Amino acid sequence: MAVGLGHYLTVGAILLVMGIFGIFLNRKNVIVILMSIELILLAVNLNFVAFSAALGDLVGQVFAMFVLTVAAAEAAIGLAIVVIYFRNRGSIEVEDVTLMKG
Amino acid sequence: MNWTAAIPEIFLALSGLAILMLGVFVRREPTFLCSMLAVGALLLTAVLVLGGSDGAAYGGQFVVDPFSSFVKLLVLAAAALALVLSLDYNRREGLARLEYPVLMLFATLGMLVMASASNLMTLYLGLELQSLAIYVLAAFARDTLRSSEAGLKYFVLGALASGLLLYGISLVYGFTGGVGFAGMAQALADPVHASPGLIAGIVFIVAGLAFKISAVPFHMWTPDVYEGAPSPVTAFLATAPKVAAMALLLRVMVTPFGHLLGSWQLLIELVSIASMVLGALAAIGQTNIKRLMAYSSIGHMGYALIGLACGTPEGIRGVLVYLVIYVFMNAGTFACIIAMRRRGLAVEKIADLGGLGRSDPGLALAMAVFMFSMAGIPPMSGFFGKLYVFLPAVQSGLWTLAVIGVLTSVVGAYYYLRVVKVMYFDPGVEELDAPPASLSVLATGTALFTTLFFVFPGPFIGAAQAAARVLFG
Repeated sequence: MAVGLGHYLTVGAILLVMGIFGIFLNRKNVIVILMSIELILLAVNLNFVAFSAALGDLVGQVFAMFVLTVAAAEAAIGLAIVVIYFRNRGSIEVEDVTLMKG
Repeated sequence: MNWTAAIPEIFLALSGLAILMLGVFVRREPTFLCSMLAVGALLLTAVLVLGGSDGAAYGGQFVVDPFSSFVKLLVLAAAALALVLSLDYNRREGLARLEYPVLMLFATLGMLVMASASNLMTLYLGLELQSLAIYVLAAFARDTLRSSEAGLKYFVLGALASGLLLYGISLVYGFTGGVGFAGMAQALADPVHASPGLIAGIVFIVAGLAFKISAVPFHMWTPDVYEGAPSPVTAFLATAPKVAAMALLLRVMVTPFGHLLGSWQLLIELVSIASMVLGALAAIGQTNIKRLMAYSSIGHMGYALIGLACGTPEGIRGVLVYLVIYVFMNAGTFACIIAMRRRGLAVEKIADLGGLGRSDPGLALAMAVFMFSMAGIPPMSGFFGKLYVFLPAVQSGLWTLAVIGVLTSVVGAYYYLRVVKVMYFDPGVEELDAPPASLSVLATGTALFTTLFFVFPGPFIGAAQAAARVLFG
């Protein structure tokens, strides 16, 4: 069986759904949320590269490079925010992020 | 390559870097100097935007037209107002660090890039530059739990929204074969090409941008982040990014996807109705004025979206006029909120405003003007904002939207007028401190704009008209 565009898109869609569920169903730890965000961006990159190959067009691969760069910056800022949150709260359990509600 | 079109952005980026370096080398009190320089840089950028000529640059990825210039001027004005609002507050709260104005400049730079984006790649990079700077700003009071929690929530949900937007972009890229707006518009000129995958991509893009303008159902972060973030950051969050993201939504929906109006109109209508209703109902029970403003901004974005749902140049003009009015009204309200201090400590309960009508008639009058304007009572500017989106809705036959808009305005009037009632008729607990000069001047200026808008609406309407027409080619 030849692996075609459809297979790549399916993997991308599965990764996206896993990432979204990882954010909303996860009750444990904020780090897991950061990992889920990376998973979503990976799904996007897979899509871009697959489409780029299928269309014979380089734009998708250039876009994937930009996404990688931005993802690195985003992870750095996310971890920094988690660190200052931990300093103030003494915990990074998702269930503890409840100071403001309503 | 016509790089000169991007001179305002290049100037803003360089001045951000220069101010950062300067702040590192100046030994004493760098923050005030840097803030002043940053305001100067924003104003100079506005001059450059005004002096720039229309055209496309960088292989058509970056475009300067009346629409982008209109949005850029509004964003720069909002950012400058928010920066002035922060001066006194940050000094008193111990937040006077030189990174603040620098981050604000970079966030503004991202917004300018968003306004000029004519390519999905430019769109994404501008949006991320803006978001990343604002995540840090929301958590800027890093020693308080509230601010760090606000930053954490904004970051997690913002990153999720960026992810959804990107996934939508990847689908649109795959199903149209390009990322340039002009090329996409050509490929989609015949609605037959609207495959399900493409429609799914458009839905993801709308979801990502709806998050940035905090429209229902992507509004969950708004009240918490507004409440937790330091007040000047909230003032910034409530104005400039909303303008930039709304402008982006307008351009994306009208230029590349304009031919698919039938496919996305219902989506925007539903988001608009849900935002108006939630903004009106959920604000009723609030006791914290910053949370109240959060629900108020959700409602305002719902009203602005009515204009987009029309899909006509008049509707888009209405959205742009609404944004102008919204920015000045909101900046003024936040000037009043930041001025709320008792014995040097910031207070933010609505009840804390009690007796303000007697203790500080000037501030109370300004706040009353803004509240009347938000409720949409003529002759305040808020009324005209609503008028210019309701009229095109009626003309395009979207009666439901206009009727629901009027009904939710009536509900909204209840909680806006309650603030006025607290100020003038409730007994005060204890007097608030006298506001610093910068806040008084700013509140007075924006209050005058809000009251006198009906005398000189011409230039704004004309500019918005020219800007809206560009989108329709």
